[in-house]
Amino acid sequence: MSVAVESIARPRLVAEGAGVGVSCRGVVKDFGDGQTRLRVLHDIDVEVMTSELTLLVGPSGCGKTTLISIIAGLLDPTAGDVELFGVRQSKLRGRALVDFRAANVGFVFQQYNLLPALTAAENVAVPLMILRQKRSTALEAAREVLAQVGLGDKADSRPSQLSGGQQQRVAIARALVHGPRLLVCDEPTAALDAHSGRTVMELLRQVAVEPDRSVIVVTHDSRVLELGDRTIEMADGSVVAPGVESPRHSEVA
Amino acid sequence: MRWIAWKMLTGDRAKYLGTVFGVAFGVLLIAQQTSIFVGIIGRTASQIVDVREPDFWVMDPYTQNADDIKPLAASDLYRVRGVEGVEWAVPLFKGQVRARTSTGHFWQSILIGVDDQSLVGAPPKMLQGDVADLRRPDAVIVDEIGYRLLWPEGQIELGRELEMNDRRAVVVGICDVSSPFFTFPVMFTRYSLAMGYVPPQRRQMSFVVGRVSKGFDQEEVLADISEQTKLVAYDDDQFFWTIIGYYLRNTGIPVNFGITIALGFIVGAAIAGQTFYLFTLENLKQFGALKAMGLANPRLVGMVLLQAAIVGIVGYCLGIGMTAAFFEFTADLNPNLRGLYLLPQIALGAAATVVVIVIIASVMSLRKVLVLEPAVVFRG
Ligand SMILES: Nc1ncnc2c1ncn2[C@@H]1O[C@H](COP(=O)(O)OP(=O)(O)OP(=O)(O)O)[C@@H](O)[C@H]1O
Ligand SMILES: [Mg+2]
Repeated sequence: MSVAVESIARPRLVAEGAGVGVSCRGVVKDFGDGQTRLRVLHDIDVEVMTSELTLLVGPSGCGKTTLISIIAGLLDPTAGDVELFGVRQSKLRGRALVDFRAANVGFVFQQYNLLPALTAAENVAVPLMILRQKRSTALEAAREVLAQVGLGDKADSRPSQLSGGQQQRVAIARALVHGPRLLVCDEPTAALDAHSGRTVMELLRQVAVEPDRSVIVVTHDSRVLELGDRTIEMADGSVVAPGVESPRHSEVA
Repeated sequence: MRWIAWKMLTGDRAKYLGTVFGVAFGVLLIAQQTSIFVGIIGRTASQIVDVREPDFWVMDPYTQNADDIKPLAASDLYRVRGVEGVEWAVPLFKGQVRARTSTGHFWQSILIGVDDQSLVGAPPKMLQGDVADLRRPDAVIVDEIGYRLLWPEGQIELGRELEMNDRRAVVVGICDVSSPFFTFPVMFTRYSLAMGYVPPQRRQMSFVVGRVSKGFDQEEVLADISEQTKLVAYDDDQFFWTIIGYYLRNTGIPVNFGITIALGFIVGAAIAGQTFYLFTLENLKQFGALKAMGLANPRLVGMVLLQAAIVGIVGYCLGIGMTAAFFEFTADLNPNLRGLYLLPQIALGAAATVVVIVIIASVMSLRKVLVLEPAVVFRG
């Protein structure tokens, strides 16, 4: 993606089976137990390619957030396994999984989740500080990435001084600053108006998609469907369409 | 991450000040209430504490405090003097009289009669006049606040006259004393004069006070006095604590005040703990985001503890400062608050309490942070 990010030294994983970034095998997720046990994901098999923007769509409550939480290592599956760039998640436990996430996963949330007390640049620098980079180095890199998302002049603004769209762009910069292999975005445009939503999606296409990276965007937003390369459709805890290439993708390709 | 913790804490200035002042207010309540309690209880022994020359106090075994005294026989003085190791021993009178001014004001007063020759027991700090003036005819020395009670109008001037038990007394000096438990004037006069200022009784001598000769073991001499005279001999400290113990056991002060202190403690602790706990709760979502981004639990714990430490230290310093300032300023405003101040032991106790409160609040906060599923960040 960028000079700034590439210049940050961090251990990279060797990509195995180029093209497939994430693969889920037999992923099952239950919530609760006993009487209240609820199966939210039924035996999910799905693959997410690198160098593409993959959309995850489906009706409300079908399990999209649950699935990306499992893929990102935030939730343990009840059964099945997730392989991220050749690393089986079930082999990573506790601290190793947390550190793996810090180095390899970027997040964009519907509610931005920026720290209100920090400026835009400081927010963007947080993942680098989690990776124990010096604050000054981290802030420098953060400013460069902010410039790439078109907010070079807002580096010293607090989130409260930014519009929703701008906050989401800061969040995207934060998600990418450490050059993660996987970017997961849960309804990044849901809180935005049509115009800002489209800007955010276009920005994601532009700055996030990289040969070595998988980008998953959960969305409800029919207005942005055409901006994905591939669409995985879920219904009721199962994948009903495991990765249909979008027309736009075929055109581009 | 320490830097981020600091920013999170202080970023919202209003919230930060609210949290810090919550702790400060808690500390103020705890330290101020405890200080007042300790100060008030200590006043029951004020007139004893002010007598500095002697090492020991001899009294009737039934005397348990400094207000309700069973007098000794005149011969007891000589019996105490006869004990080996007693360097000197003199009588001391302490009682209550009604003093009347020429304007017709009268006031219940504490009368202290000091040894005619040595003036042992005379006020330690004179504001006007001299202790030696007690040797003049009908001489009394009155404490400053007492003087104001007796003569509310006009300047303080020496030479004013009083009547006690139909006998004349002349004010020859003004002194400063430790505040008595009741706001009564405190008057000092010679022992022989004091005998005239109170109604005659078979026995008059309240205490024999004295000092142990050099080279003798104080404890042994005191034991000998008690044994040979069948009276009780205490050193300063023992007498002080006997008096305090009496009031703690036999009055409603500890219960009533105890309730107030307990309330101060509970309210103070609740405010301090609660504000910090709420602060963490409000930031739970931010901690969740950091957790999702791969911040491991030990570092999150470090952040919360750092925030707790800052809130605790800043809040404590503010609260103790406010307490000290309270006593500093109110002493001038109201004589009843004179002599009450923040003891270092209480400041330390308040510090220990803050540490405990902050630890409890942090542990409660941390439980929330640690069990926090990072996946919550995806939920609105
Ligand atoms: N922690 C949990 N405990 C119990 N049930 C849960 C939990 N999280 C999610 N669920 C349930 O799992 C199902 C799937 O939830 P999920 O949030 O993954 O859906 P979604 O597809 O993201 O929906 P939406 O489009 O509304 O965000 C829902 O029925 C939900 O109630
Ligand atoms: Mg969802």
